[in-house]
Amino acid sequence: MNAPSITTTSSDVSATRGRIDWAAALKDSAKAALVMFGLSIPLLAYRTDQSGADLLLDPRWDLVAILCPIIFALRLAIHAFTATRAYRKAVPSPRQATEVVHAEPSAFQKVSRFGIPFFLGVALAFPFIVYVVQGGLNESRYWIDLGILILTYVMLGWGLNIVVGLAGLLDLGYVAFYAVGAYSYALLSTTFGWSFWICLPLAGILAAFWGIILGFPVLRLRGDYLAIVTLAFGEIIRLVLINWVELTNGGAGIASIPRATFFGIPFNSDEDGFAALFGLEYSPMHRIVFLYYLILILALLTNFVTMRLRRLPVGRAWEALREDEIACRSLGINTRNTKLTAFSIGAMFGGFAGSFFAVRQGFISPESFNFLESAIILAIVVMGGMGSQIGVAIAAIVLVGGPEILRNLTFLQAVFGEGFDPNEYRLLLFGAGMVAMMVWRPRGLISERQPSVILKERKAISGSLVKEGHG
Amino acid sequence: MSTAGANIAMQSPIAETARQPLLSVRGVKTYYGNIIALKGVDMDVHEGEIVTLIGANGAGKSTLMMTIFGNPRAREGTITYAGKDITQVPTHEIAQMSIAQSPEGRRIFPRMTVFENLQMGASINNFAHFDEDLERVCTLFPRLKERLQQRGGTLSGGEQQMLAIARALMSRPKLLLLDEPSLGLAPLIVKQIFDIIKELNEKDGMTIFLVEQNAYHALKLAHRGYVMVTGNITMSGTGKELLADPQVRAAYLEGGHH
Ligand SMILES: Nc1ncnc2c1ncn2[C@@H]1O[C@H](COP(=O)(O)OP(=O)(O)OP(=O)(O)O)[C@@H](O)[C@H]1O
Ligand SMILES: [Mg+2]
Repeated sequence: MNAPSITTTSSDVSATRGRIDWAAALKDSAKAALVMFGLSIPLLAYRTDQSGADLLLDPRWDLVAILCPIIFALRLAIHAFTATRAYRKAVPSPRQATEVVHAEPSAFQKVSRFGIPFFLGVALAFPFIVYVVQGGLNESRYWIDLGILILTYVMLGWGLNIVVGLAGLLDLGYVAFYAVGAYSYALLSTTFGWSFWICLPLAGILAAFWGIILGFPVLRLRGDYLAIVTLAFGEIIRLVLINWVELTNGGAGIASIPRATFFGIPFNSDEDGFAALFGLEYSPMHRIVFLYYLILILALLTNFVTMRLRRLPVGRAWEALREDEIACRSLGINTRNTKLTAFSIGAMFGGFAGSFFAVRQGFISPESFNFLESAIILAIVVMGGMGSQIGVAIAAIVLVGGPEILRNLTFLQAVFGEGFDPNEYRLLLFGAGMVAMMVWRPRGLISERQPSVILKERKAISGSLVKEGHG
Repeated sequence: MSTAGANIAMQSPIAETARQPLLSVRGVKTYYGNIIALKGVDMDVHEGEIVTLIGANGAGKSTLMMTIFGNPRAREGTITYAGKDITQVPTHEIAQMSIAQSPEGRRIFPRMTVFENLQMGASINNFAHFDEDLERVCTLFPRLKERLQQRGGTLSGGEQQMLAIARALMSRPKLLLLDEPSLGLAPLIVKQIFDIIKELNEKDGMTIFLVEQNAYHALKLAHRGYVMVTGNITMSGTGKELLADPQVRAAYLEGGHH
């Protein structure tokens, strides 16, 4: 009863397991943070202020306390990144995976090879690009705001993609979790004065919690029925927000929600404000740029977690569930729990996005969370191609950015008259876009599903190395 | 034998019928709405046996197989597996008791790759022996080995059938339920599949319950067989006995495959 000599597969299959040596990575990151700390003592911890003849030492330990964790996180991110890249290098292109099927690189592979680094680069550099093109921070406000808006929808799309695209659960009430997140932040920060960074995870947890509560009774339903019930839940949450005046202040909404701070440092013109601390000239745009990077990080986090989960058994089970529920059950998958995890993790990201929305707007009211929002997010997922991350991002840019861009095309006004505002025709454009999609790309922009595991060459399982008699 | 986890010593199953059966079905009645599909079925599968169930279209063979898996549930009667009453156990928990099935219509995951389909099959035992088992099924089905990276839905019908069986094997079942594994396959491949079933049984000691239209092959292979007619078991015996039975010959074998 001995195993046959196992040869090549182990490394290929290791995609199913963790690849990063977390202990080593954490240790190294801690070291980096320590070095940072050591360096900050002479460089950062004290600022010398000259006031008259006196030289004053101004301690800045809070700054050190902020920067050390940042260095730690960055170092860790680098480890995660290089580990992933090393793994990719070790695993050549999927074209070689089989000896018989020599497929041309698919549209997806073409897009992803160049598209993903390109999009990421543009997203990272966007504020700088805008700054240069527009020739000033204040002039770039419109564009960065637009970027924030688009990224919010990218994040919402990615969150909903877990539910709709991966697990195949048609959820028409996703905005409910967005609302839960927004109100969680608004209420927690206005009543208890908690900071954004404490409220953000809490908002996510609360949204996930509501996801489980709503999901529990409805997830036995399928397809259209599930869609109708989730639609109703979305509306119920909105009506509760309107009518529970003592808690939510009803239709008037919640105003003066604390603004985002740079890890505790406010964006204002005070002496201990962000600009003063970093020796910059005060500009309200600092906060906007910060918000831009905040939502970018949140969106990338959503994407990263989703991509990770897809490779884990739970993510694979989501996709299998979308394909065939009965087969899943007879393979030992607890379908109810699997659906609930998809629903609640999707809800959690909705909650994150919601609290971002609240911190950005400073004011929220139930009207921000109507059915149209759900519809837009769902349209983004469907247009993107149900399950494709990059497709969802492109769809968000098109559907959210598109109408805005149209507004800036002045020649449209020349054609349609002075008062033409494409935003008023947004739904019409939506409809037209959808019809066009149905005709040309009925399965979404990126309809091809990318395998969660890409195997190494054709000798992945080398028949010649397997002993006869199968061990 | 290294791979299939059952590791049951070879034995002569028929001689030992006194033992408690691995799977026993007693008086099972299954309904679809108000329509009765199984009218009180009794059946036993002993450890190490190949048992086949034959019968005309619509007799209720697939229904019996699915009822064992609790979907649909038996309205009356009991199903016992390894001494445990599983009549009311949820399907996914039954699957975790080292029973696997390759259901009618294959039910592979069409948009997932062959490799991912196999991963799904192995998720029950947490990928404990994944590499080994992958190697094993790839040796059994070289066609799949060539296509690990291909999407399930783009496989040919026969390849999909192989994948369904391979996926079921990935959990190292003690008891394997196969619903018409030869459906839609070329005669040569049918023979291969039956050889594989035999090998799984003889070398790995896997217990196999086989639903088949291909009565000749199935009865020749099986230790014992049952004949089902409209929701009732009408006949049972060893494979040889049934093959020789004039009624069986008339109903299921004339003009058959030999
Ligand atoms: N989901 C269902 N709803 C209603 N009736 C069903 C359902 N599934 C099967 N039946 C009926 O139950 C009876 C038994 O069906 P079953 O699929 O078990 O037959 P079978 O013996 O497997 O036939 P075949 O050899 O054609 O696969 C048939 O009359 C069929 O019409
Ligand atoms: Mg059948």
